[in-house]
Amino acid sequence: MKNNVLTIIKKEFSRVFNDRQLTFTTIIMPGLIIYFVYSLMGDAANKMAQSDREENISMQVENLPQSMAQAFNLFGNNVAVAEGSFGEAEIAELKDKTVNRVLVRFPVQFDSIVNAYDPMQGQLAPNVEVYYNSTNTATQRIYSMVCGALDNYEKSISNRFDINRADSEEMRFNQADDEKVSGMILSKILPFLILMMVFSGVMSIAQTSIAGEKERGTIATLLITPMRREELALGKILSISGIGLLSALSSFIGILLSLPKLISANGGGDLVSFNYGTSDLVVLLLVILTSALIMTAVISLLSTIAKDVRNAGTLCLPVMFGIMFICLISMFQNNVSDSLLYDIIPFYNSITVLTALFQHEMQMINALVTIGANIFYTVFAVWVLTKLFNNEKVMFSK
Amino acid sequence: MDEILTASSLCKTFNLSRKQQRIEHTTQRQKVAVDNLSFTAYRGEIFGLLGPNGAGKTTTLRMLSTLIRPDSGDATVDGYSIVSDPAKVRSKIAFLTSELKLEDFFTPNYLFDFFSQLHGVPEDVIKERKAQLFSRFGIDKFAEVKVANLSTGMKQKVSIVISLVHDPDIIIFDEPTNGLDVLTARVVTDFLRELRTKGKTIILSTHIFSLVEQLCDRVGVIIDGRMVACGSLSDVCAGLSLEDRFFELYKETKGEEE
Repeated sequence: MKNNVLTIIKKEFSRVFNDRQLTFTTIIMPGLIIYFVYSLMGDAANKMAQSDREENISMQVENLPQSMAQAFNLFGNNVAVAEGSFGEAEIAELKDKTVNRVLVRFPVQFDSIVNAYDPMQGQLAPNVEVYYNSTNTATQRIYSMVCGALDNYEKSISNRFDINRADSEEMRFNQADDEKVSGMILSKILPFLILMMVFSGVMSIAQTSIAGEKERGTIATLLITPMRREELALGKILSISGIGLLSALSSFIGILLSLPKLISANGGGDLVSFNYGTSDLVVLLLVILTSALIMTAVISLLSTIAKDVRNAGTLCLPVMFGIMFICLISMFQNNVSDSLLYDIIPFYNSITVLTALFQHEMQMINALVTIGANIFYTVFAVWVLTKLFNNEKVMFSK
Repeated sequence: MDEILTASSLCKTFNLSRKQQRIEHTTQRQKVAVDNLSFTAYRGEIFGLLGPNGAGKTTTLRMLSTLIRPDSGDATVDGYSIVSDPAKVRSKIAFLTSELKLEDFFTPNYLFDFFSQLHGVPEDVIKERKAQLFSRFGIDKFAEVKVANLSTGMKQKVSIVISLVHDPDIIIFDEPTNGLDVLTARVVTDFLRELRTKGKTIILSTHIFSLVEQLCDRVGVIIDGRMVACGSLSDVCAGLSLEDRFFELYKETKGEEE
């Protein structure tokens, strides 16, 4: 019994690993592509931010008040601030997005009007007009800086109380550990990425391995041997999951390597630090492993029912969208429920356990129930797959 | 004579799709492919199932080789029932048909080992049998060439060799010479004779009269899923040539219906 399962697994592995092209496309390419795309995205975002900072901007200010003069001169060397009035024509020129200019209009006597203004009287507050073109990212950046400076000034003149003012460096208001803050960010993206990567890795292999063999008529040659159908089903599922996991691992490495570039581009700095214990990593591994098994099982079932590889692809699409949907729900869910009932819902259970794990809030019982449920579903799927392999209408219909 | 394969009252019907109903000008939902078919094959003989296309030959052979289950009836192969003990039956037989393909990516050498392992053949026997069969069919030179790159004839030879990895007593062969050139066809027919001298039983299906006349000890004529004549070649022919006798039988059967 064991021998036949091993024989099948060995064959499936040698099919992939003795074929340089297939090894490259299923195992090496996903990681490489992810690494290059993400790195390029990070680099591009970095460069854009960099070039925006270097762009020379002229800023014309009408009625620049005394109170704001200093703040406006701190915008940087490449921002030339000039005073002077402007009209409709100058504003219209900004429609051309190559014009690096920002126009700011203060009301006449801004400082005294602001001082005299009493919000309780119900009149409209004095208004500062800032003209810019949001499609020109450099002027967009200056607009944000102007708004920031004005907001700060408004706060400073009407400040009645502060919130969370840190009078010394030791004062901490947010009591979450730094670990947890970085965990929040990981927990939002990683479970989704991991499951999707495992899924896509498993999908292509399962389709060629089962629907492909059916289409080419090679699975019938296997069915004519005395091997039991359970052995074939188990061998297929184990080998496909294994190869799918390797493919996912490759994508995972690609993400880890490109993550620093992505995060720094988004101004995140050192937000991702990987500080998880051994038990965390073991659970992580087991959850990913059993998720791969259950995904393989589902895709294998669909690939068996499918007439050919193309048909299998069509059947797998709704499942992929389903899993994506479940992942998205969990991404927008702030409080992960501890109820064990949720841990027996396939895919949802894995994603909640992974989310909790990355947030350092995982309960071992949830993880165990999830892993157990995943194994149970896989065994069930092997049983169904065996039935399908025995069903001549499924196996030999054209 | 030693009965090695007995088919008794095998029946198989297929559902017809709408499209097929139109093609065959019928409103029947089901088509009877094999209708109460019984016959016996004896150890060490070549038994031929002769019939036109669509007569039910392939369906019969697929039931005997347990790829599909009969709706009713049963057959025993070397004492094992195809219905209740299909795995045992599979270990006793070789089934050869153009529908069963070998994976293009692998070499004959790899596939021989792979299928031998699935049949539970011991390592030393695998080696010895492989050397013998590969040289018998001239595969040794191509042992490490991927199946995809082999000629049609060589592919067929590899399929034959792979089907025999477990040295079965019964060889079921669907249209053995279809699609083969005269040289390869000759290799195949010679080999079938050789197997017979070794005491193996061969069940083959064909629509070629000359093949039956050259090879078969006994023949069963199938028309519309029914066995209309069965016996030794001389008994079935009753003094006529096989071809003439076949058309006589065909007319009798079809005439009855009209």
